[in-house]
Amino acid sequence: MVIELIVAAFLLIGAGFAFIGSLGLARFPDFYARLHGPTKATTLGVGGMLIASMVHFSTASGWSLHELLVILFLFLTAPVSAHLMAKAALHLEGRSQGSKQGEEPER
Amino acid sequence: MILVYAGWTAAALMVVAMVLSLWRILRGPTLPDRILGLDTMFINTISLLILLGVLRGGTAFFEASLLIALLGFVTTISFSKYLLRGDIIE
Repeated sequence: MVIELIVAAFLLIGAGFAFIGSLGLARFPDFYARLHGPTKATTLGVGGMLIASMVHFSTASGWSLHELLVILFLFLTAPVSAHLMAKAALHLEGRSQGSKQGEEPER
Repeated sequence: MILVYAGWTAAALMVVAMVLSLWRILRGPTLPDRILGLDTMFINTISLLILLGVLRGGTAFFEASLLIALLGFVTTISFSKYLLRGDIIE
């Protein structure tokens, strides 16, 4: 019963953070602010879900630690992809500002 | 019983999150916005698969989520690289 309560709490925390991250993605005004929202979904949302899964399967049958693989992979790759997306946005912004008045900016 | 109720509430929240990121993909004014929406959708898919794994049991969901994590990273990196350089593998 207690285990079930802990699993339910972590599932709700994870889903809530994923929802908040996507809400930030949909509602923030410009790209660099929007980049900030989904990082919460990556770390705390998936983290909460995976902790819930670890607790659930560990109590069912022995230790279950393969969820750590997903956490490790996501925590390693999330900064890299965010950095590259910010770099691409900066690059496009610079290119459209550098174009002349009459030209159509390439967006 | 409480796990079932919490699981379905979490699934409803995740579905709303997926719809919000899909809205950003469809509407996003610039191309990096669409890439960011796609990345968020991949991450929400991972969460949803793990949630289904907890609710239904079995390890197939976990392996699918690991595969989707790998695929999402490669997709985001190659789209951003294409926007930056106009080419993926130079």
